[in-house]
Amino acid sequence: MGDAEIIPIGTRGQPGRGTGKRPSAAARGLAPKSGAPARKAPAADKPAAKKPAAEKQPDADQPVIATAPADDTPVLPTVAAAPARTAERGTSPLAGIPAGDWLAAFQHASKELFGDQWEPQLARFLAFLRRRLTGDYAVDEYGFDAEVTERFFMAALRPLAQKWFRIEVRGVENIPAEGGALVVSNHSGTIPVDGLMTMVSIHDHTGRHLRPLGADLVFRLPVVGSLARKGGATLACNEDAERMLSDGKLVGVWPEGFKGIGKPFSDRYKLQRFGRGGFVSAALRTGVPIIPLSVVGAEEIYPLVGNIPSLARLLGVPYIPITPLFPWLGPLGLVPLPSKWLLEFGEPIRTDEYDAGAAEDPMLVFNVTDQVRETIQHTLYSLLRERESVFR
Amino acid sequence: MGTGRTVLVTGVSRDLGRTLARTLAADPGIDRVIGVDVIPPRGDLGDVTFVRADIRNPVIAKVIAKEDVDTVVHMSVIATPGSAGARGTMKELNVIGTMQLLAACQKAEGLRSLVVKSSTIAYGASSRDPAMFTEDMEPRRPARTGYAKDVSEVEQYVRGFARRRPDVSVTLLRCANVIGPRVVSPLTSYFRLPVIPTVLGFDPRLQFLHESDLNRVLRHAVHEDRGGTFNVAGDGLMMLSQALRRAGRTSVPVPGFAFGGLGSALKSARVADLSPELVAFLTYGRGVDTTRMRTELGFEPRYGTDAAFCEFAAALPPGGRRAERVLGALAERLPPVDDDRPASLTVAGGPHG
Repeated sequence: MGDAEIIPIGTRGQPGRGTGKRPSAAARGLAPKSGAPARKAPAADKPAAKKPAAEKQPDADQPVIATAPADDTPVLPTVAAAPARTAERGTSPLAGIPAGDWLAAFQHASKELFGDQWEPQLARFLAFLRRRLTGDYAVDEYGFDAEVTERFFMAALRPLAQKWFRIEVRGVENIPAEGGALVVSNHSGTIPVDGLMTMVSIHDHTGRHLRPLGADLVFRLPVVGSLARKGGATLACNEDAERMLSDGKLVGVWPEGFKGIGKPFSDRYKLQRFGRGGFVSAALRTGVPIIPLSVVGAEEIYPLVGNIPSLARLLGVPYIPITPLFPWLGPLGLVPLPSKWLLEFGEPIRTDEYDAGAAEDPMLVFNVTDQVRETIQHTLYSLLRERESVFR
Repeated sequence: MGTGRTVLVTGVSRDLGRTLARTLAADPGIDRVIGVDVIPPRGDLGDVTFVRADIRNPVIAKVIAKEDVDTVVHMSVIATPGSAGARGTMKELNVIGTMQLLAACQKAEGLRSLVVKSSTIAYGASSRDPAMFTEDMEPRRPARTGYAKDVSEVEQYVRGFARRRPDVSVTLLRCANVIGPRVVSPLTSYFRLPVIPTVLGFDPRLQFLHESDLNRVLRHAVHEDRGGTFNVAGDGLMMLSQALRRAGRTSVPVPGFAFGGLGSALKSARVADLSPELVAFLTYGRGVDTTRMRTELGFEPRYGTDAAFCEFAAALPPGGRRAERVLGALAERLPPVDDDRPASLTVAGGPHG
């Protein structure tokens, strides 16, 4: 309808002077002057109107720094692109751009990326790239690559933690600044996102790297296994746990394992059995404190409403999750719901007061395991009471 | 004579055994060195007395008795059949040879010490492995085929021998992958391939022992007589990707299921032998704890894992390194940075995005 009103000349005339369907020759001659701006206006307005609304939503990939240039970007391409397209149709987009322009663009981009001190910054970045390319870096005995973890993994996960889940961390003072300690947490969320978020939060608040203990399945899977090792994880077995703890590392363990992470949504925030208490005996043997961690919010990221046990058995995985979004929306179903997260580190439970043979006393191990479990469960309940809603 | 010692070294036709025999012969504390093998060594043996004998038959007992041997260094547990023939021959040489040798040693009254070169392959490689194996740990999955099975059987016989002859000090050295410009092993021939296949999605941790350190640790064991089982490896670990970048080699990721087929193709082309054990190793990697080597054996390797590998890589034909040269040329145009640590970048989405 809009089109019919916009084109004023040559329609509704006699046959031969325009059919009404198509603008007449006279109308075509006049159209660029009168028609184009009117037609363009809504097209140019739409992205401008939409962008701010989109900006309001927390974006997973966009850190804080990018907000300033974002304002002028939507306007520029629409204005600049239109005449260029009509004038130079047929030639390659790269042809005819002089080398000087390339250089200027490169310098401008470098300045945008690295700030005014772009030359030394870029040199440092190149030095880093070269180090990676020539293999001139060190990994520790578990395959932990500190450089890549800090610069890539953490940088990629941080926006997710800060903007998407808006993680609130409490009780950071309970994490010792140095020496071995065992962080024991509840596990939930279908995919172990809670482990990654705990790693980022601990690193950002204390500067220490959390070394997670992962299931056998993690290290059997291609890509996942090698990324996990690079990120500092190792197999959840007594040998590795004790080795890391006696080396004074901060170790994270999720004793519920697949029972916790793959429990149905109806069972949310109900702690499952805490394994066989292997983590307690590792802490007892090495005499390190156990720090209970309660995570609220991770249960809601992928509400697990169903499972395909037969397919899971076939693929050799513990479960195939069905969430309200997952197989139905395809890859979009993999976007976690933006629930609000609370992480609370509890008072450390000391284990160095027990005597040497304590780890061999099953009753004591069970008691300490129960103590840790109860602490986490009660903290979960109190955090849930505090939370206004799932998403706020 | 008399004051000195007589050392018998098996497997001298191979490079590592021959070098060891020669260095032992040059040692003033050792009187006589007898080298034993089925085939004569190719290189110069120096002062070593070579006895052409097959350790698979009882002749070896006569040699030990006649020469009054007090130390036996068993080096002929081999990972590749090489010139010896097929896998069947290799197994016979490894297992039956060790049995015969140990039977002969048990009869030898004058024997004081036995040093056996074993391998960390005894720990296997799987997704359920702990990060670092100590000497008391067992493989998560017992080896069923190939070299790994040979090694575990040889170790079993050695343990049996140690029980039956408690007066003999038995040193079992589990050495990490020996590497060096002259070493020929399944792993070194893998690294010598023009294009190196890797298992898609896996990046194993590797540990190396330099060939000169192997020589030194064996001599050390002969001199010190500290019985026991020890892991021997250079300091530190390397990822396979890191090793390939250091060497500037081109690699092609191959999915795990296709890797076996590729291995047999390479084997029939006689380029490399990607045995199932090696494939497992290249998938999951392995690390061994060397605390006992330092504290109890009192041995300190000269080469770390990366230094050993770099020396090996220097002997390889140089790779392309095109990306590195481009970066180097770019870096030259920029002011030099003394601070190697990159400052925090203000890149949206990280520098890889």
